[in-house]
Amino acid sequence: MSEHPEFHRPPLIDGHKSLADVTRDICAPLERRATALWWWAFIAAVSALLLGVVTVWYQIKTGIGTWGLNKTVGWAFDITNFVFWVGIGHAGTLISAVLFLFRQKWRTSVNRSAEAMTLFAVMCAGIYPLIHMGRPWLAYWMMPYPNTRGPLWVNFKSPLIWDFFAISTYFLISALFWYVGLIPDLATVRDRARPGLRQRVCKWLSLGWDGSFRTWHRYELVYLLLAGLATPLVFSVHTIVSTDFATSVIPGWHTTIFPPYFVAGAIFSGLAMVLTLMLIARKALNLEDYLTPRHIERMCLLMVSMGSLVGLAYGTEFFMAFYSGNAYEQFVFKNRAFGPLAWAYWTMVTCNVVIPQLIWFKAVRTNLALVFVISICVNIGMWFERFVIIVTSLHRDYLPSSWAHYIPSTVEIATFIGSFGLFFTCFLLFCRAAPVVAIAEVKGAMQTGHGGHHESHATGQEAAA
Amino acid sequence: MNSPALVVTFAHERDLLEGAHRLRHAGFRLRDVYVPYPVHGLDRVLGLRPSRLSWVCFVCGAIGLLGMLWFEHWTAATDWPINVGGKPWNSLPADAPVAFESLVLLAGFGTVSALFAVCRLYPGRASRMPSPRVTDDRFALVVEQSSAVVNTQSVRRALGETNVLSIEEWSGRILSVSDPS
Repeated sequence: MSEHPEFHRPPLIDGHKSLADVTRDICAPLERRATALWWWAFIAAVSALLLGVVTVWYQIKTGIGTWGLNKTVGWAFDITNFVFWVGIGHAGTLISAVLFLFRQKWRTSVNRSAEAMTLFAVMCAGIYPLIHMGRPWLAYWMMPYPNTRGPLWVNFKSPLIWDFFAISTYFLISALFWYVGLIPDLATVRDRARPGLRQRVCKWLSLGWDGSFRTWHRYELVYLLLAGLATPLVFSVHTIVSTDFATSVIPGWHTTIFPPYFVAGAIFSGLAMVLTLMLIARKALNLEDYLTPRHIERMCLLMVSMGSLVGLAYGTEFFMAFYSGNAYEQFVFKNRAFGPLAWAYWTMVTCNVVIPQLIWFKAVRTNLALVFVISICVNIGMWFERFVIIVTSLHRDYLPSSWAHYIPSTVEIATFIGSFGLFFTCFLLFCRAAPVVAIAEVKGAMQTGHGGHHESHATGQEAAA
Repeated sequence: MNSPALVVTFAHERDLLEGAHRLRHAGFRLRDVYVPYPVHGLDRVLGLRPSRLSWVCFVCGAIGLLGMLWFEHWTAATDWPINVGGKPWNSLPADAPVAFESLVLLAGFGTVSALFAVCRLYPGRASRMPSPRVTDDRFALVVEQSSAVVNTQSVRRALGETNVLSIEEWSGRILSVSDPS
């Protein structure tokens, strides 16, 4: 964050914008009618969501015997999808909280939509354990409250209860962080809107925000505190998700590397999803000046570093299996790489470790089409990572007579498609309902982002006016 | 808030900072500044002390952590002890994750509630802005009109060569400021 005059860094946003330009550009997608592209995407997303609703209703009514599980493979598709979606959420918090603490000003263009992505991804994730409980209408039994069931209280020693607390806290704090960040921007939208529903809703939600510096002064501190709370929270969430596996005595799960490995993997997958969404959103919403190739490049570099950490974890797992001298552990890893699900394992390695290494080449990470392809590969690879961890550790267990294979049922696949429907429906509605870039934060960052306070763009022309 | 005041509007952050400095040195009382984004250095000009909301955060977090640790211990070891795999009843490491989540939850919601309470932000509150464009691209400085000495002329004199868009009287209600640009 050097503001030394000799240190030149490119502006955070392109196009020599004035403050009013920033407001207008970012509010524009809200104020014009939805494009045909948006409607097609929305119809596709809602259709997928409806498919999901129908299948979820069907499997709750019939029971989770509709899944492809058997007595050997007791966890498969739904826990894979749960971990996949929770992981995607993590990049949003990384960008909004961790990069805020590190004073990375470029995050201001990305953080709003990344936080929204976090919220929607955690919503998608929450569906799976809820259905997996078998009787989702009794989900409130996870809450510790006085009851007549006996044993009276939940088992606080169980990682599954930790998970319940971690995911719900994560969702609530992410929602809070997102909303607090939105308040000044909702006020901006309110003050631009014509009288009507949008203005009334924004007036109500912006809590009478008036830009008073006395409020800003406290607000900034609270934002910093929330970032400070969300940072350890995001690490705790995937750590706790990993303990769902690591505290069991299943070979391939019972390892101490799981918490950092899962956190790195989560952030990796989330960055891939952020990139996928950003590359679409910047085109669809005409925000190329705000989400510049420089933003994409930085996210790419974060992604490749996380991907390399994940690659290191894959290698470490194999080494530890060999080094442990434990025959069961060694078998699991041989089975992963060369067993019946080897295709899934090598898909994972190719997509997560090999392909992202191309990002080291500047020509690749500045080519947005290639970045888009790589981000899709990582999304696929990280889904396979969870599938590999879960299914290959279970399907050939200690007793060869109980070995089994796992094939997802149509119901499971339709539920997964449904969760994408939910995610994209929410994201598309968000693009129409709230500013997708943090207006106030971009304004603050662009004023000091290059050359300090006295070099803001358009100074000359406006002063002359 | 309805005592008479003068509103000085600026188009740029650096003009605002310069104007605020000059007025403060000339002895004017600055009530508040309305800005589209937090302008750094204004807290010093306005003489704002660091907020005590971090203490609210700390206390809420401590309540969340200690309260949940106590609750987990009480439920698992006192009220209804259950033997889970022969583990000790009062197992502190196993209590840590949930206690930590409770810390974050209470600290987060406690701090934001305190922010809303202290700044009197609530749904349906009427925003009282000195200029309708302070949430867009204008910076408005509100000068307390404590005596007849404080008037448009004296403020303009004190501002000297600072670039100013307008100086107007404000009764605390929203004005439709005639914007020169």
